[in-house]
Amino acid sequence: MTDDWRNGGFGLYVHWPFCEAKCPYCDFNSHVTRNIDQSAWTNAYLKELARYAEEVPGRVLNTIFFGGGTPSLMAPDTVGAVIDAARGHWPCANDLEITLEANPGSVEAGRFAGYRDAGVNRISMGIQALNDTDLRRLGRLHSVADAQAAFDIARHCFDRVSFDLIYARQDQTPADWQAELSQALSMAVDHLSLYQLTIEDGTAFGDRFRRGGLRGLPDDDNAADMYRITQDLCEAHGMPAYEVSNHAAPGAESRHNLIYWRYGDYVGIGPGAHGRLTLNGRRLATETPLVPGRWMEAVAGGAGELSRERLDPQDAASEYLMMGMRLAEGIDMERYRALFGRDLPSDSRAYLVDLGMVEEDGPILRATRDGRAVLNAILRELLTD
Amino acid sequence: MTDLAHIRNFSIVAHIDHGKSTLADRLIQATNTVSERDMKEQLLDAMDIERERGITIKANTVRIDYVADDGETYVLNLIDTPGHVDFAYEVSRSMRAVEGSLLVVDSTQGVEAQTLANVYQAIDADHEIVPVLNKIDLPASDCDRVAEQIEDVIGIEATDAIQVSAKTGIGIRETLEAIIHRLPPPQGTLDAPLKAMLVDSWYDAYLGVIVLVRIMDGTLKKGMRVKFMSNGTLHNVDRVGVFRPGMQMVDSLGPGEIGFLTASIKQVRDTRVGDTITTDKHGAETPLPGFNPSVPVVFCGLFPVDSAEFEDLRDAIEKLALNDASFSYEMETSAALGFGFRCGFLGLLHLEVIRDRIEREYDIDLITTAPSVIYHVYMRDGEMRELHNPADMPDLTHVDHIEEPRIKATILVPDEFLGDVLKLCQDRRGIQEDLTYAGQRAMVVYDLPLNEVVFDFYDRLKSVTKGYASFDYHLTGYRADNLVKMQVLVNDEPVDALSTMVHRDRAEMRGRAMCEKLKDLIPRHMFKIPIQAAIGGKVIARETLSALRKDVTAKCYGGDATRKRKLLDKQKAGKKKMRQFGKVDIPQEAFISALKMDS
Repeated sequence: MTDDWRNGGFGLYVHWPFCEAKCPYCDFNSHVTRNIDQSAWTNAYLKELARYAEEVPGRVLNTIFFGGGTPSLMAPDTVGAVIDAARGHWPCANDLEITLEANPGSVEAGRFAGYRDAGVNRISMGIQALNDTDLRRLGRLHSVADAQAAFDIARHCFDRVSFDLIYARQDQTPADWQAELSQALSMAVDHLSLYQLTIEDGTAFGDRFRRGGLRGLPDDDNAADMYRITQDLCEAHGMPAYEVSNHAAPGAESRHNLIYWRYGDYVGIGPGAHGRLTLNGRRLATETPLVPGRWMEAVAGGAGELSRERLDPQDAASEYLMMGMRLAEGIDMERYRALFGRDLPSDSRAYLVDLGMVEEDGPILRATRDGRAVLNAILRELLTD
Repeated sequence: MTDLAHIRNFSIVAHIDHGKSTLADRLIQATNTVSERDMKEQLLDAMDIERERGITIKANTVRIDYVADDGETYVLNLIDTPGHVDFAYEVSRSMRAVEGSLLVVDSTQGVEAQTLANVYQAIDADHEIVPVLNKIDLPASDCDRVAEQIEDVIGIEATDAIQVSAKTGIGIRETLEAIIHRLPPPQGTLDAPLKAMLVDSWYDAYLGVIVLVRIMDGTLKKGMRVKFMSNGTLHNVDRVGVFRPGMQMVDSLGPGEIGFLTASIKQVRDTRVGDTITTDKHGAETPLPGFNPSVPVVFCGLFPVDSAEFEDLRDAIEKLALNDASFSYEMETSAALGFGFRCGFLGLLHLEVIRDRIEREYDIDLITTAPSVIYHVYMRDGEMRELHNPADMPDLTHVDHIEEPRIKATILVPDEFLGDVLKLCQDRRGIQEDLTYAGQRAMVVYDLPLNEVVFDFYDRLKSVTKGYASFDYHLTGYRADNLVKMQVLVNDEPVDALSTMVHRDRAEMRGRAMCEKLKDLIPRHMFKIPIQAAIGGKVIARETLSALRKDVTAKCYGGDATRKRKLLDKQKAGKKKMRQFGKVDIPQEAFISALKMDS
């Protein structure tokens, strides 16, 4: 029997669903509310933790991740209470990674020391752009100067700091992006998440785009050029892509996110959080109510969860493939077979190898740099009926 | 049997949404034809078994008894007709079965194109036409303006148009009275030999084929032995009846009456629209004029996307053919597409209706290949071969010449769009035969190759005239021209299902247009794909579909796994709707869309 959490690790994801404002490109589960009762939320999180600890006891916890929403709106005490409870429920790895997503505003920066004292040891900042006009267009409340200041404070408080940028923005040229990325790389970080702007349905950008708005978005070829520039610059800077959109100096990768991509187990608590748990050799997908009030009610009623899905072997293998192939390290085809009971189709593999989209190395299958840019096409080829 | 003076037969001509069905419902209701309890909205629609995409293909009929203001009881027969050029012949027969039409126009909207096309058919059939202005209860209603428009655009008197609100019931009585007083009664001779016109027919699982007839002369009785004059087949009449709108049996039908017969007929194929039905003994000597059974003029291949569904497709096609005499089929094999059927249709709409029904009712995904007409290929040894499929084109060294079918097309168009229409006809290799004016409208007659028309001519015509053109055509014969077979190669592999016959002078233009279209229709792949058009071995047009450079989800974390997996499953299903040629996936719609021209 394969225990997948042994293969990919075991992590805890905590979703904080509140934001000061909703960003027009964001399709994450976030809500804008004033007056949040921090102690009520703390209690709800603790109740959920206790429930899961009973279900999957004794596993070594590798990582905790506070995501959102805007987790830097959480009181440091709330964060601290969750961390302490998790440490109490599960044995923890010596190098337990605890990440918190933060907005680069001045108010948030004032709480950084508090988060550090609560146990957070890694910050991921949503800077998004190094250009005030574009920050406004992206609906961000901070300026570049705010971001720089918050970043300096973060560097002072934490050993590990990452930030996000979005590229292929309106009116952005490949040359613009090259300059902006060079500036980002000079800010002396060891981890960057660099996302191509994606217009998602159900967002303000999505609506605007459908109505013919949002002009000046780079075409596919320009976007592909920006992706190539991203790979070239980051590699030259010693921060190659270890995942499609994530770049790090060796050893500085986000260990929590690696659990997702290596298809380990993770507990997800909070509104809209997802989890994957291996129980009795079967993989379970967990999901929670999206709306904060509903989730709170569900927790009060015993379990902040919607109905669970038992993934069949094929679905589990498909998820492993589509998550794992995002990583530069690729996947282990033997593990794929163990999950599914079948091999990846050899004719499709041979075809993709021939095209230079993937390479094989013993049991390892990985996308080449060119292949990673068209990963969806590779997956459509590899996923069998 | 009703005496002629107490019968009125009519149709309703209207643009879609102008209230035809509601008006029909009110007429039925006002005459107590259907009890209040059974009255449901849009009765005529409810009994319409073949309404597809808003187009009636089968004629419907209802018989109404009406006690008029003069105290007399009249029998009113309403025929609802199909309204598309593919079925022009069927419409013309339905129109010949009645003497008058109600022209229903929405008084808030005015005359629309579809109204025009149909009203001209009514005029062709020498109908008396009573204009009816509907929706007068709405604030936007403007009867004076619309009446004036009817006079200007259509050229019929509209000062005494009836003002109606089918919704509220205003003017329904007046409409019924106008039918009695303004439409002529039918003519016919009771003691002459039976002559009944076959208006339409369809298959019923219990009764066999139901034949809708208009009695011209004589009497049709239950138990009679009748002859279908076009093919000489004899049948014993089991039932005679009328629709009210449900079936009601009667003993006999006399001159001027409209009703149905059943005679244990197994196949709709045996009952051709426009045929004359008479008695076996002492029957009519000559049939009614105008019998001209529809023959398929457009051919295309239908293949299952999933080759395992071939038997299901055969089953579906056989069932549909039972109820549609104008649809033909035979098995076909294609190097690229495997087993399928070569099918013949009356026109492109007919093709699309059949294809949609197979896909929807039988749940089979289809690939439809390029539509083609029948070419006459004359071989050097004098033999003539009918070519239904460009893929079967014989080796050119043995071919002497090729003839193609020509049509005479009549187009009525408002003056302001005339230039666009002339250009369209010229672009399609048309030869102008006539150009005359009727008020603000021009009538142009063109000699055109059928293959330039079957495909998207009607769509283009509607588009360049904003819908204000009516179009009719009939086949005139075959003529030789400089025709060649054009092949399409995708990734250097010929795709036989995309082969077409084109005029040599237009081959480069068509080839370029097709390659450009295919470049847009075929999704980018992980490698670049050359798309070429060729005549013989010579490439005449080429496009290159560049390789996919970016197709990856930017963010994919723990919360995205489920959604992303489902998305990929959906894309995988979408990929199944494509056919692989070599390593290239071609979407099924590409086979037809590639041919549509923008000018």
